[in-house]
Amino acid sequence: MLTVDRVTVTYDRTPAVRDASLEIADGEVLALLGPSGSGKSTLLRAIAGLESATGAVRWDGDDLAGVPVHRRGFGLVFQDGQLFPHRDVAGNIAFGPRMQGMPAGDRDRRVAELLELVGLAGYERRPVTELSGGEAQRVALARALAPRPRLLLLDEPLSGLDAELRESLALDLVGVLRRAKATTLLVTHDQEEAFTLADRLAVLDDGRIRQSGDVIDVWRAPVDERVARFLGVTAVLPGEVTDGRVSCAFGSAEVPWARVGTVTVGLRPHALRVASTGVPGEVVARARRRDHTRVTVDVSESVPGMSTVDAVATMADAVQPGDEVRLALDPGGMAIVG
Amino acid sequence: MARAVRGLSTSGQRARGAGRVRGLGVVALAAVPTAFLGVLFAWPVVAILRLGVTDGGVAAALAQAQTWDLAAFTLGQAAASTAVAVLAGMPVAFLLARVRLRAAGWVRTFLLVPFVLPTVVVGLAFKALWPGGGVATIVLANAFFNVAVVARTVGGLWAHLDRRAEDAARSLGASPWHAFRTVTLPALAPALASSAAVVFLFCSTSFGVVLILGGGRYRTLETEIYLRTVELLDLPGAAALSLVQLAAVVGALVVGGVARRRRERAAPLRAPVTTARRPAGRERWVVGAAFTVVAGLLAPIVALVLRSLSTRDGWGLDGYRALAGSGDGALSVTGWEAALNSLQTAFDATMLAMIVGVLAAVALVAAGRARGRGARLAGETLDAALMLPLGVSAVTVGFGYLVTLDALPGDLRTSPLLVPLAQALVVVPLVIRMVLPVLRSVDDRLRQAAATLGAAPVRVWWTVDLPLAARSLAAAAAFGYVVAIGEFGATSFLARPAAPTLPVAINELISRPGELNTQTAYAACTLLMLVTAGVAAVIDRLRAPHADVGEF
Repeated sequence: MLTVDRVTVTYDRTPAVRDASLEIADGEVLALLGPSGSGKSTLLRAIAGLESATGAVRWDGDDLAGVPVHRRGFGLVFQDGQLFPHRDVAGNIAFGPRMQGMPAGDRDRRVAELLELVGLAGYERRPVTELSGGEAQRVALARALAPRPRLLLLDEPLSGLDAELRESLALDLVGVLRRAKATTLLVTHDQEEAFTLADRLAVLDDGRIRQSGDVIDVWRAPVDERVARFLGVTAVLPGEVTDGRVSCAFGSAEVPWARVGTVTVGLRPHALRVASTGVPGEVVARARRRDHTRVTVDVSESVPGMSTVDAVATMADAVQPGDEVRLALDPGGMAIVG
Repeated sequence: MARAVRGLSTSGQRARGAGRVRGLGVVALAAVPTAFLGVLFAWPVVAILRLGVTDGGVAAALAQAQTWDLAAFTLGQAAASTAVAVLAGMPVAFLLARVRLRAAGWVRTFLLVPFVLPTVVVGLAFKALWPGGGVATIVLANAFFNVAVVARTVGGLWAHLDRRAEDAARSLGASPWHAFRTVTLPALAPALASSAAVVFLFCSTSFGVVLILGGGRYRTLETEIYLRTVELLDLPGAAALSLVQLAAVVGALVVGGVARRRRERAAPLRAPVTTARRPAGRERWVVGAAFTVVAGLLAPIVALVLRSLSTRDGWGLDGYRALAGSGDGALSVTGWEAALNSLQTAFDATMLAMIVGVLAAVALVAAGRARGRGARLAGETLDAALMLPLGVSAVTVGFGYLVTLDALPGDLRTSPLLVPLAQALVVVPLVIRMVLPVLRSVDDRLRQAAATLGAAPVRVWWTVDLPLAARSLAAAAAFGYVVAIGEFGATSFLARPAAPTLPVAINELISRPGELNTQTAYAACTLLMLVTAGVAAVIDRLRAPHADVGEF
């Protein structure tokens, strides 16, 4: 189990990570989610032993302060792979086992096994310079897994790939991580990536861990408005929870998981849908997305204190700026903030 | 603030493994080059300067108008030579970087020949062309020697510049010349400034060329230091001149260092294949100019070979045959023995220079990556200090050896290792300049990936840095080898009479009367050129496609 205890990393007197604490249980995937510049890669590098830091990084209770990078047994995958250009695919994957002194025959078997795992069987002799971006990332993952690391560190592993490939590779990655039973820390700024891969989520902002917990808990109940906005919330308004239902200016919806009392309701665009009944408003802007239409609706006349909100419409709705629409509440896109 | 400071101090005390160990490693790596530089350069030079200063004549020498005339002439001829080298080098750089012609590859290899030719040979080659001598020949000879530095340094960067910046300027309405002046030239400025600084350095301390072509009439600080030290035994005068020279050199190094730092940061490795194309339109004029320069570079070489083959009664190989003898007693050994001695000495020098140079480059790379301002400053200081031997009079260093090395255990002064050590001092800066950019361009995350896979620091170097830099290491070794073979200044001062190197033997032969002696000297020069050209060809085969971001 990895324990990060009040770790602070300072660059030229400015702290990049402050008092960060988190835990990852064996076999668990934790996503460290944060906007760019939030210090998430720095924290990952401190855990790997690549940055000097104060506080403690422990594995099963042992402080790793005096343990250099190469003795930590933590595998690392960079955003752009960083495969060794002078070695072929097998040479890259066999690097870790070779450092452990594994005999050549076993190494070859291990390489074949890992290539099988990442879906690139038979790629042993390929030069890494001829791999596509997705293939290179798979090889980088196989290379990191080959020495059986006790912890796998993934630094934005899918960010360098195009959207379609990112989606399919994310699903593959879930399978690989489950099968390899790898304890994993994933650093990413992409919520979708975090939600696809992780069991638990820690949100990092401005060097501090704002919140951590199960993915769904964090998503439903962000600790504050800042975290909520980073998790996709575009509007907040007061609400009241009673008997597992929340009511606010846009109506009421079932939220059996929410605490009872006066709350702040966070609305993601999907929380409001263009429908035949609901709160009226005027469409002021429209943008077509791949599978829905995003609209910005002026609700200042029907909801006092709010100007515009984001909502979604189906492609079939064919709304135009200037149209009068009604917005219905969808609990799937709601969050209870605080 | 207080909190941040406390954070810093605790990080120091707790020394989270990696940081402290790496810091110690850098210090250990830097120890060898620092000791080398301290014992074999700083100590002798300081000793000589002190010798001069304590005699009390420095102030008097500095007050003499003659000193400043010498300084003015030295800097003037160096500036003129640099200007000629830059003007001649630019079209050749364009040819190397932007033109897809088969001949460009040959030019590239050939260019190394003048640069690594022994200064004595270059001097003799120009003497063969213009027996009268004069300032113009000195300037041309110095420029001849250094066109390659400009062409290869600037060309190296030029080949990696994205052509699309120029295309963008053209699409915005700029003429080709305007696009070059406003887009390409500023981008090339760091390489241009850094190569000009290096050329200026070489030209202001050039010894063999001025000694042979200047005769008694034209003297620079370098030849005057030689004269005063060796013949007039005027140490205060020599020390004063050395101080003036040192000041000029440090100035040039600072300018070059600033430009170089900008460049090494700015030039990422990009494949040059896409930027080269066949010349079109007015580019043909530039290519024509480049080939004119190349023809100009060939002329002295051809003149030299012709002179070595012409005897009083037509063509003949008398000079080459005479290499088997000792030139009517001008030498204590035969020409072939001198040649063999050259090869052996240069080999030892190269080995020494590679050890010191590579350790220094590795330490500099590590220091450059360090977070602490102190480590970075130390790295930059070491970087500049390691360049100093290029610019300090070889005579000063050589004479310093004779004064100081007695104090060391073992009789280094009469040891056959003395000449290799002195040559290594000249070669080390070149090795560093060739290896450093390549090592710096290795993405640090590759090393980190190796470390997370279980490789200890030495193993990381062995499995990542070394294979990636292998070709430029080999090229640097080959390059250092030919420079060591051709080294004249310090060698002429330190070589034992019983074991002269080929350049020293050539100088002996040329300073003796007699047709055969002269001819034997030219034959020996041709021999040196052949070796040099051969090694130059090997160097170009060795240089990886991306390695030419290194200088020279």
